[in-house]
Amino acid sequence: MLVFEKSRPGRGTSVLPPCEVETVTLPKKDRREKKLHLPELSEGELGRHYSELAKKSHGVNDGFYPLGSCTMKYNPRIDEETANLPGFTEIHPLQPEETAQGCLKVLKFSETYLCEITGMDRMTFQPAAGAHGEFTGLLLIKTYHESRNDTKRTKIIVPDSAHGTNPASAAMAGYSVVSVPSGPDGCVNLEKLREAAGEDVAGLMLTNPNTVGLFDKNILEITKIIHECGGLCYYDGANLNAVMGTVRPGDMGFDVIHLNLHKTFATPHGGGGPGSGPVGCKQFLAEFLPSKLVEGEEVLTFRKPASSIGEMKSFYGNFQVVVKALTYILTLGREGIPEASRNAVLNANYMMFKLKDLYDMAYDQVCMHEFVMSLASLKKETGVSAMDIAKGLLDHGIHPPTMYFPLIVDEALMVEPTETESRETLDDAIEVFRSLYELARLNPESLHEAPVTTPVSRLDEVTAARHPVLRYRFEESL
Amino acid sequence: MGSYVPSTKEEQKQMLQDIGFQSMEELFASIPDEVLLKGSLDIPEGKSELEVRRVLEGIAAENKVYPSIFRGAGAYRHYIPAMVKSVISKENLQTAYTPYQAEISQGILQSIFEYQTMICELTGMDVSNASVYDGATAAAEGVAMCRERKRSKAYISSTAQPEVREVIKTYCFGNGMETEEIPEKDGVTDTEWLKSHLDKETACVYIQHPNYYGTLENPETVAEAVHEAGAKLVMGVNPISLGIMKTPAEYGADVAVGDGQPLGLPLSFGGPYLGFMACTDAMKRKLPGRIVGQTTDRNGKTGYVLTLQAREQHIRREKASSNICSNQALCALAVGVYLAAMGEAGLEQAAVSSMSGAHYLAKGLAETGCTVENQGEFFHEFVTSSEVPAEKILKALDEQDILGGLPLDDRRILWCCTEMNTKEEMDRVIRTVREVSEC
Repeated sequence: MLVFEKSRPGRGTSVLPPCEVETVTLPKKDRREKKLHLPELSEGELGRHYSELAKKSHGVNDGFYPLGSCTMKYNPRIDEETANLPGFTEIHPLQPEETAQGCLKVLKFSETYLCEITGMDRMTFQPAAGAHGEFTGLLLIKTYHESRNDTKRTKIIVPDSAHGTNPASAAMAGYSVVSVPSGPDGCVNLEKLREAAGEDVAGLMLTNPNTVGLFDKNILEITKIIHECGGLCYYDGANLNAVMGTVRPGDMGFDVIHLNLHKTFATPHGGGGPGSGPVGCKQFLAEFLPSKLVEGEEVLTFRKPASSIGEMKSFYGNFQVVVKALTYILTLGREGIPEASRNAVLNANYMMFKLKDLYDMAYDQVCMHEFVMSLASLKKETGVSAMDIAKGLLDHGIHPPTMYFPLIVDEALMVEPTETESRETLDDAIEVFRSLYELARLNPESLHEAPVTTPVSRLDEVTAARHPVLRYRFEESL
Repeated sequence: MGSYVPSTKEEQKQMLQDIGFQSMEELFASIPDEVLLKGSLDIPEGKSELEVRRVLEGIAAENKVYPSIFRGAGAYRHYIPAMVKSVISKENLQTAYTPYQAEISQGILQSIFEYQTMICELTGMDVSNASVYDGATAAAEGVAMCRERKRSKAYISSTAQPEVREVIKTYCFGNGMETEEIPEKDGVTDTEWLKSHLDKETACVYIQHPNYYGTLENPETVAEAVHEAGAKLVMGVNPISLGIMKTPAEYGADVAVGDGQPLGLPLSFGGPYLGFMACTDAMKRKLPGRIVGQTTDRNGKTGYVLTLQAREQHIRREKASSNICSNQALCALAVGVYLAAMGEAGLEQAAVSSMSGAHYLAKGLAETGCTVENQGEFFHEFVTSSEVPAEKILKALDEQDILGGLPLDDRRILWCCTEMNTKEEMDRVIRTVREVSEC
């Protein structure tokens, strides 16, 4: 039941005291005439309402969450406590710098450590999410070319395995998108890349390991091809969790990157944000960064970069999320960061090797932090689709893998266990996957019906889109 | 060193052997030697939870927490009911991903549906999305969604918050829309100038009401002129003001945007906040971001799903209306809880107390010799100018742990009051300014 349906006239909470000074009213022409409907519930009823909503949600602590490309690792509790210290939450973004030295220090330390992890020189924390970071990075590339009066570059190269945000971000930045196919090995087709590279190319967007969970071994050749045609290389950091402490985007030839602190650096995803998508770059791009850079040693100050692309968002980004990520980095440190990545890769391979006798792997080789299965042949044989298997997992308390992505794999399920799962959890999940495979053969119908144990069964998405109901309607008599 | 990896070294070894490997390095064999990182990362050694807590507490202590704040300018200190923090700390809600799997995400989806309803109620608009990053990006996305094939110019009022104007320009630099600022006249948008500039290429006009200086604009006049030219009106609004203010829909806006921060989110040095976006039914398929819709399951039971996804990047790729995917869902939940806890009466109380406080303070400061610059009616912010340097006034307040208004230049200060500012605090500000002015 919606909170509005639980509302009763005259109930409510008492939060604010009466106004202490003479009350002022708006001129009649600016006064609200339309009745405002907000819930009227006692505090106890509200508490129950939101507990009920929480029960109908699946978070990382509710069970295994191998959602590929999303890095659903455990979100440490200490990160929440540090980010919620009044010394951070009560700071106005326009306070004088000398009274916000702690906040500047958070930004400076985070920049230093994340630049070291990624091989970049400078970083901005203004972008609020990965896609926002991509848009920022592309504007850096655009401004760089314009600063050199190199105005004929209108294209961004994106592999066909890329996240949907890559082409969408390129379009937002005013570029046309050239899609380069992947080879049979899942890596960028070098020949096609060479054909696409030219004087009209502004840059390339790539994630490595790529979206099929493989490290593109030709990476140095790829970035060289782009640099030789005068373009810049953009690293989509969605998959950084595989390689921290092993290899750095900056050393692979990338000029600009974004990170997803809400993936790799363990900040909670909040059911769809707030995230944080800091953008790092090599020194030659630093003066184009948005927002303000933190400078100084003892006393920290903000400095606006000389040729900035402009502001991407008010103030300095999702600051509290940065505090959480910094807490995480300080906790893991020099040894813990690479250890996290190594175990993410181990856990993914462990699951893949224990499933590949039953499930077809899109690329049957050692993977990085995630792997992609193709259920095409299972579907052909039994009629059970990737969607059906995913819904079957729900009845076992497991959040399904990412479905139908990347687009280059038929009936794809993309599995990313992360490093914070124990062997027992993986073994249990492997058992469930295997039992679902058997069930697909014995009783495919039951999988078309799944899930049956969740608060609702499969929902009618077609009607939802054709006849959209996007808000609750109040009876006018109320 | 802290670690969240459950497997012991021994277990890791066993797992490797189980799948036919001897060492971890074998799993990374596909990475060419020449790119491998030589040596270890140059970051500090890991720490225990207690050590990390001490470090962060030490850093937080380097900030000055003002018990009394009279500064707004885009970030507002309002009271946050205890229920808000309690709800957003619930781990099932806090640690979930975007609700792609609707069957196990009904709680989050329903909270977004409730949020969308509340934003529609506040703004009077027909359709709301699930939120964008903040008020400035909401404005920029709002401008972008008004673009049509032959209309790609946006007029931005110079009385809007500077950060918002900046962000709109950055987005337009990306997508190729042209922007021009509408000058201000007597502290509000110059409507005569605007009327003489609107034409067939105008996609939209952006105004903020109340504007950056707190003054009420003339949205009806602007809306009429904009619509006569066949363009759209994007209106930035303060959500607390909507407890008592005419809705953007009633003024004639096509798109209403704003920052949801005043509705239950702490200042937090600028974020995370939340951008709300709502529009007319006619424009709903151009609205960017996630949208939740109501539907039924196979047994006819009511449920909620992400809908109208044909607009979005994972389907449309380079033809999407925007690239946004992660937004500010947990902040939207906080806003929903805030509005539910406050109710209609509570929100009205917050608006009336803020506005009345600002007028009390303005009157008091005027009596000390400051000039209140706002020519028309203002909401909870106003500008004073004074013979006394702004720096001197703010320093005197700072010595009493009061964060005064934002200095706009040497002599002008932008003040803000909310229900958090007691009469005693305001009297202290007035007294201090008087003392500074007299010496």
